[in-house]
Amino acid sequence: MTMPDPVEVFRTEAAELLEQIEQGLLDLEHQLDDASLIDAVFRGLHTLKGSGAMFGFDALASFTHHCETAFDRVRKGMAPATPELVHAVLAARDHMRSLVEQPDQEDDETGQRLLTQLQQAVADGGGAPEETAESAPEANSGAPAEAETVSAAPAAEPVTWRIRMTLPENAMANGTNPLALLDELRDLGDCEISVDTGNVPPLYRIEPSELHLSWNVRLTTDKPRDDIEDVFIFVMDDMELSIEQEEPGGAPAQATPAEPQSADPEPIAAAEPAAVAEPAPQASAQSPAQAPAEASAPAVNAPVQETRQKRAAENVRVPAERLDELMDRVGELVIAKSRLSQIAGNSIDVQLRSVSEDVERLASELRDTMMVLRMVPVATLFGRFRRLIHDLGRETSKQIELVTEGEATEVDKTVIERLADPLVHLVRNSVDHGLELPGDRAAAGKGEAGRVTLSARQSGGEVIISIKDDGRGIDRDRVRAKAEASGLVSPGQQLTDQEVMQLIFAPGFSTANAITNLSGRGVGMDVVKKTVEALRGTIDIESTLGKGSEISLRIPLTLAIIDGLLVRVGSGRYVIPLSAVEECLELSSEDDVRSEGRSFISLRNSLVPFLRLRELLSTGTEPDPYQKIVVVSTGVERVGLVVDQIIGDHQTVIKSMSKLHNDVATFSGATILGDGSVALILDVGHLVAAGQQQEAQLRKAG
Amino acid sequence: MSANILTVDDSSSVRMTTRMALTGAGYSVTEAVDGKDGLEKAKSGRFDMIVTDLNMPNMNGIQMIEELRRTPSQLGVPILFLTTESDSDMKSRAKAAGATGWLTKPFEPDQLVKLVKRVLGK
Repeated sequence: MTMPDPVEVFRTEAAELLEQIEQGLLDLEHQLDDASLIDAVFRGLHTLKGSGAMFGFDALASFTHHCETAFDRVRKGMAPATPELVHAVLAARDHMRSLVEQPDQEDDETGQRLLTQLQQAVADGGGAPEETAESAPEANSGAPAEAETVSAAPAAEPVTWRIRMTLPENAMANGTNPLALLDELRDLGDCEISVDTGNVPPLYRIEPSELHLSWNVRLTTDKPRDDIEDVFIFVMDDMELSIEQEEPGGAPAQATPAEPQSADPEPIAAAEPAAVAEPAPQASAQSPAQAPAEASAPAVNAPVQETRQKRAAENVRVPAERLDELMDRVGELVIAKSRLSQIAGNSIDVQLRSVSEDVERLASELRDTMMVLRMVPVATLFGRFRRLIHDLGRETSKQIELVTEGEATEVDKTVIERLADPLVHLVRNSVDHGLELPGDRAAAGKGEAGRVTLSARQSGGEVIISIKDDGRGIDRDRVRAKAEASGLVSPGQQLTDQEVMQLIFAPGFSTANAITNLSGRGVGMDVVKKTVEALRGTIDIESTLGKGSEISLRIPLTLAIIDGLLVRVGSGRYVIPLSAVEECLELSSEDDVRSEGRSFISLRNSLVPFLRLRELLSTGTEPDPYQKIVVVSTGVERVGLVVDQIIGDHQTVIKSMSKLHNDVATFSGATILGDGSVALILDVGHLVAAGQQQEAQLRKAG
Repeated sequence: MSANILTVDDSSSVRMTTRMALTGAGYSVTEAVDGKDGLEKAKSGRFDMIVTDLNMPNMNGIQMIEELRRTPSQLGVPILFLTTESDSDMKSRAKAAGATGWLTKPFEPDQLVKLVKRVLGK
């Protein structure tokens, strides 16, 4: 397996950070004084900056740095969090996203404008923001310098230095290894090192983890003084360090090193090896009682470590296309499994049959597992609507409250991706056409803030996603008038309520008097309908004038594999999605003859129209003596399909049909059967509509 | 035997870069995703060095370092932290908490390896 490209990892991570920042800001908008939210946003910006710089996204790093600096004022309480600030940072976030996506197309002007906006938003203490903006580039350019100064100086004459170093008492506990420091000094040139044990306390007062030694080093080197100081870079601030150049005469320039040595003459021989000679101070720093425990540690440790690593591996990030590949394989396996079961079914070999059953069970379990792998909670989809609502509110001057329900509902990843655009459109539509301005709402006796509810729930093999608003509702008369004006329906044509409402999904239909900024972008509701239908879903609309509307999308949970009912009509075999099947009945030849021309069956006191697939598909064959009716429904409407034989259930891997078959409405796809032949998958939605139409015509005819 | 290093960072891309740099130099690397995770892993494992970010959710790096230094078994374990130019006060706070040294982001993988070698000593 190839190592993923770190830059790609960064992009994914940046996308998550940006998402996190956005969500944090949107939460913050409602709780402006929540310090933990401010911290979270700040942390997001900080990480984005740090990682961005690591991977060469310099424009991003520098822009984010300025934002972070400005936002830091809020974090430190120097400026208050305001809606304006939230808006400014949100806008800046969008710019960051474009810098992540297209680092080469840096738009400096936009960046500057956004920063100015942001700095105004935090400019509470006057002048200060400008200062932060100016100090920033300095800080940035300073970074690489540290690494380069080290060996920059030219080689010089060897000089002898007298170095005296006393590390803080806790230096070793804090991980500094004095021996490593001395080794580094040795690497610089000729060294004479002597230890000063003068400050070591009496034995009874010794803390094993403390360091009480000092060292005197006489170093002859051609390296500059900076190199010597650099050895101590991490401890410089806390330690006593003197670096003196030795006079050519040989005597030290000052007498300081000698002094402390004689200050405390008490010799403590035991302390020295304990504190210095041990190369691994952490091991010796413990009480003797701990020693046996440690000795056995490695053995115990190994499995512990292993389980930890396992836990870390519990969450694995997998590129989506790998999942798709796996899905394809599973699909092929399911087909191969069907062939195997068919062969086994015709065989008398018991062993073969039992293996075939095992394979069947495993394949179906594998399929189920695979399905779950592809499922993601709709929360990921709903999440992005908070931002949309925020923006829409500002654009339309409407007060909008977004409520989301059922975010934990899981749907196939592909379905989620394809639903995103239609949902955005529907939400825009709800806000734009549905919700009224605060004044109008108040006049209508409603609260000033309009409410848009996004909800998701699972029902059988479908997920139902609905967009509900408490706005003005759909005006049927206006819809009808508009449809007549644009020639979609003829005046006086009888339409059911649902039919009138479905008109808004007709191509070229728009009820908005003026094309606003939000809607009317060329993407009509017809595109929404097409997308949903392509997902084998349906759209229902409910609306009460003055109260609001609800648009529900019913989408199958998954796209790639369905459970189907395999039937035979004439000599052809067809698949009916099992989720749509309500029941199967027998149609005796008597009933068939009796109902000729009327095509209705009475099903528990209701008349259900049925379609003879034999006629519909023009098979030109004689019907079987005992035909079957498969009753299918789309939730609301139902229709019976007359077939010659019901073969049984069949796990169906859906293969979409070629573009040449775009106009074919009766079938939604094809699948390969166990024997390698192709069966077409019936499009239930279309057949139900056809059945209902037939019913309507018959009614008209009387 | 190669040294075991625990890297603690909430950024997966930084974790990945550090891991690639350190394993490339022959070290064994264990990763933790935030301060809390880092603390647990450090306490239950046996590491020769810890390399940590400071700004992290669920316990930041400074709190983690403080906690570690309160644990006897973690005394003496070198802890390096990653920081940026802009937060100099973080640097002194991390030092005070008991960190051994630091590396300024952005850094080159080589710089990290060099520093780790240096702090681990010979």
